[in-house]
Amino acid sequence: METQGFKKIYTKITQITKATCSLQASGIGYEEMATVNGRLAQVVKLQGDNVTLQIFSGTEGIPTNAEVIFMGRPPVLKVSEELAGRFFNAYGEPIDGGPEVEGEVREIGGPSVNPVRRKQPSELIATGIAGIDLNNTLVTGQKIPFFADPDQPYNQVMAMVALRAKADKIILGGMGLTNDDYLYYKNVFDNAGALDRIISFVNTTENPPVERLLVPDMALTAAEYFAFDKKETVLVLLTDMTLYADALSIVSNRMDQIPSKDSMPGSLYSDLAKIYEKAVQFPEGGSITIIAVTTLSSGDITHAIPDNTGYITEGQLFLRRDSDIGKVIVDPFRSLSRLKQLVIGKQTRKDHPQVMNAAVRLYADAANAKTKLENGFDLTDYDVRTMSFAREYSNDLLAIDVNIDTTAMLDTAWDLFGKHFTKAEVGIKQEFVDSYWPE
Amino acid sequence: MEENKMTTGKVSGIIANLVIVEVDGPVSQNEICFINLAGVRLMAEVIKVLGNKAYTQVFESTRGLKVGEPVEFMGHMLEVTLGPGILSKNFDGLQNDLDTMVGTFLKRGEYTAAIDVDKAWDFTPIAKAGDVVVAGDWLGEVKENWIGHKIMVPFKFEGKYTIKSVKPAGTYKASETIAVITDAEGSEINISMIQKWPVKMPIKAYTDKPRPFRLMETGVRIIDTMNPIVEGGTGFIPGPFGSGKTVLQHALSKQAEADLIIVAACGERANEVVEIFTEFPELDDPRTGRKLMERTTIIANTSNMPVAAREASVYTAMTIGEYYRSMGLKVLLLADSTSRWAQALREMSNRMEELPGPDAFPMDLPAIISSFYARAGYVFLNNGSTGSITFIGTVSPAGGNLKEPVTESTKKAARCFFALSQQRADSKRYPAVDPIDSYSKYLEYPELQEYLAANIAPDWLGNVLEAKNILLRGKEAYEQINILGDDGVPIDYHLRYWKSEVIDFVILQQDAFDKIDCSAPIARQKEMLEKVLGVCRADFDFDNFEDVNPWFKRVINVFKQMNYSLYQSEDFKKYETELAEVIKERKVA
Ligand SMILES: Nc1ncnc2c1ncn2[C@@H]1O[C@H](COP(=O)(O)OP(=O)(O)OP(=O)(O)O)[C@@H](O)[C@H]1O
Ligand SMILES: [Mg+2]
Repeated sequence: METQGFKKIYTKITQITKATCSLQASGIGYEEMATVNGRLAQVVKLQGDNVTLQIFSGTEGIPTNAEVIFMGRPPVLKVSEELAGRFFNAYGEPIDGGPEVEGEVREIGGPSVNPVRRKQPSELIATGIAGIDLNNTLVTGQKIPFFADPDQPYNQVMAMVALRAKADKIILGGMGLTNDDYLYYKNVFDNAGALDRIISFVNTTENPPVERLLVPDMALTAAEYFAFDKKETVLVLLTDMTLYADALSIVSNRMDQIPSKDSMPGSLYSDLAKIYEKAVQFPEGGSITIIAVTTLSSGDITHAIPDNTGYITEGQLFLRRDSDIGKVIVDPFRSLSRLKQLVIGKQTRKDHPQVMNAAVRLYADAANAKTKLENGFDLTDYDVRTMSFAREYSNDLLAIDVNIDTTAMLDTAWDLFGKHFTKAEVGIKQEFVDSYWPE
Repeated sequence: MEENKMTTGKVSGIIANLVIVEVDGPVSQNEICFINLAGVRLMAEVIKVLGNKAYTQVFESTRGLKVGEPVEFMGHMLEVTLGPGILSKNFDGLQNDLDTMVGTFLKRGEYTAAIDVDKAWDFTPIAKAGDVVVAGDWLGEVKENWIGHKIMVPFKFEGKYTIKSVKPAGTYKASETIAVITDAEGSEINISMIQKWPVKMPIKAYTDKPRPFRLMETGVRIIDTMNPIVEGGTGFIPGPFGSGKTVLQHALSKQAEADLIIVAACGERANEVVEIFTEFPELDDPRTGRKLMERTTIIANTSNMPVAAREASVYTAMTIGEYYRSMGLKVLLLADSTSRWAQALREMSNRMEELPGPDAFPMDLPAIISSFYARAGYVFLNNGSTGSITFIGTVSPAGGNLKEPVTESTKKAARCFFALSQQRADSKRYPAVDPIDSYSKYLEYPELQEYLAANIAPDWLGNVLEAKNILLRGKEAYEQINILGDDGVPIDYHLRYWKSEVIDFVILQQDAFDKIDCSAPIARQKEMLEKVLGVCRADFDFDNFEDVNPWFKRVINVFKQMNYSLYQSEDFKKYETELAEVIKERKVA
């Protein structure tokens, strides 16, 4: 190690809390990395000569005479083509038994892109899932989470989306992933013959939670290397961001900060935004698209974590089990892709926006009819028709097992309109009705 | 001599972007300083002083900063540079020109000039030698894009001055002297096209600030018709995420009848700023035929940019607005989202371990918000002409719950309340402005009432209030139908409900992404409201409630086709005729 000679070593800790330790030291940089008896730590506070270090794996068993070595640099990742196909822990160390990656040393969590050097996202990402492509079309450079209860198959859907998305690189940032889910991803990618396009940074439930805080920055530093330096299309999967935010609250709590809503730190919005805003379309061609998972507790989206996420991301995808058809669907009411209007009706058929809106509106009428029925009222003829429309719409288009192209999705929707409704009930612009209304 | 010595200091503590500096001389609250980080100068602002310790918030990442690093204090507060060349620019929250920055990634410590001082402008004098002038008086004018950009006596100048000379018409660099004025003691002062002003101080170069009274057309029906905003008015748009705050603000920035638009993207998504500077250079301003970008200035401090600069960004935007208002222009200032600004204040206040107020926001949040909104307004300038800043901010309430400090404080400060409802957004009834909860206090102003009567129609206000009433009665009927069942209520309830739905679908809902429907001039709004009220006032003949829904759907459908057609085009008239026929089928003579 060439910098060994410059490293400063200390052995006198003056204060230890659950997450941090303090000592006297000078010439230390803010956010500099250190090891405390071999455990990785980072400078979180400097006051005169007093330095406070956050120890990622916790302070259990740390003695006052622990050996503290400062590294003279913030956390880094070595980037090169060698990253492709490799699996790393939260510190960027290989966990697949392979050799250390050689490459250029980059600080993680680096500066953001100048907004005027961005390009407006414009490339549609086709997934074959109509609940996404038809109603909530994804675009390269977008950031969007799945909002899902922990028992929903979000990891499966995300893996499916990733593989169909035709990305040059898929970077998995796993936070608090169970070992089973980690192996699931590995298997799916392996079976698809995609392992050489995958890079993983994984913190499993077996690792200390605070280590997770490094995972998104590691994943996104690698992503920036491929998207900016190599001009590739990069898809970053972050699962589960709720566990990331939980780690933030653990740290701020241990450092005695005043919590805001739901015991989350007051800076939650900025902390999450710094991660998600790494999603970008570069004018030179490369892009970073972020698909994340935010697990909910019993569907509550007003909790600070999904709430702040919703304010940052460009939409969200809700999964829901539709008991009428016995399948998991992409919920058309609460899901939203903010960037869809950049591509729908432009890269897809012209009638796309209107068909999408009309179908969702009719689906909403069906939901009202259903409520009526549950409240014991008689249904009108229209109510009955909306409900049978809703069942078929759900099964043929919203279910996550659908895999067709967008034109087929639009044709299916017109067939359903023609089967259940009059033209006036559907209320679409005349020129489209003239072209597509089934006879 | 001692006075001229700049105060310096040394870094003594660092917690994220709060840096404590030990100083060797006087410092003032909000003074700007530069902290050295291995040769890079990081800009910071003093936010508290305790003994010889100045607490500063750094406008950049402090990663790698060390204790003991030198700090230089500048002797002034955070200032913006004012002069020709601001229009059409993309600035960050501290007014750095984003386009002249080098590289793809923002480098900390890179500060770029807001204005090109070497750029030459065609100057025409307005004042002449011998005139007595005060701060804000117009000395001359240059053409900036299409506006007459006034060169003024700098706002910092106190008292009266006499003009000694003004340059004749000609081309001069922004930094050149274009006038010489003398103060009471007779000392001469050279004036260029450029001046500076501290952003946290309001510019008060006006004689009077009356209650605003002129309608500001936005082309958005639910605003212009139902809850109008006025030139110099204030409004806010609270709403849960995804309910359409940004889309509504973008619609206003495209369509509003203002001379210039300042968009402050405050802690929101970078892609939304990209959308503006990608699309606006292509879009036409319907009133001038110029490109929209020519009247637009962007202050972008997106969510991934430094938090402290986020707070500064709204002040930077407001100060630029005040500068142009002093030229007698109609300025529309939009800030998305003021909640992010409040959160920036909260982050800092927590770091300084201040006693927190509700939801951990600083105690003085309501005061900060109301004094900011108070900077908007309609003013009479020294020379009798008028100018205005209309300010509309968005609010992003935590959990979508309007009972939170930022929404509540803003409600006290702003006069229009455009509440976006989750339910309306979910059912894609855009813009999702809640028709019952939202209001415009200006509708109660006799000044505006007179203006509407004179400029739209004498019965306009009556029509608007009638429409609001029908909406309310429709909602009540709907609730009754839900409780008692479709056949448990008289048919009249169904009619009442569906009449309110006609107003909802035809007047309230508007497709922001449709080329034609996105913007409706006031004449068109007037005609549509009258037509819709025609339906609402009529009696219709139905025996069976089951027939009500399909017939009204047909009515709504034809109305919507009208909204999608060019005003008074062939198509428009065709649907108008069709509508009359459909109505005849059921109307009781
Ligand atoms: N007037 C409208 N017409 C059609 N669609 C709309 C309209 N307003 C909003 N939408 C839809 O809603 C989406 C979200 O709108 P928008 O981005 O304005 O929400 P927001 O309130 O600003 O959310 P956030 O608080 O997260 O920034 C848009 O991408 C668009 O799909
Ligand atoms: Mg928004």
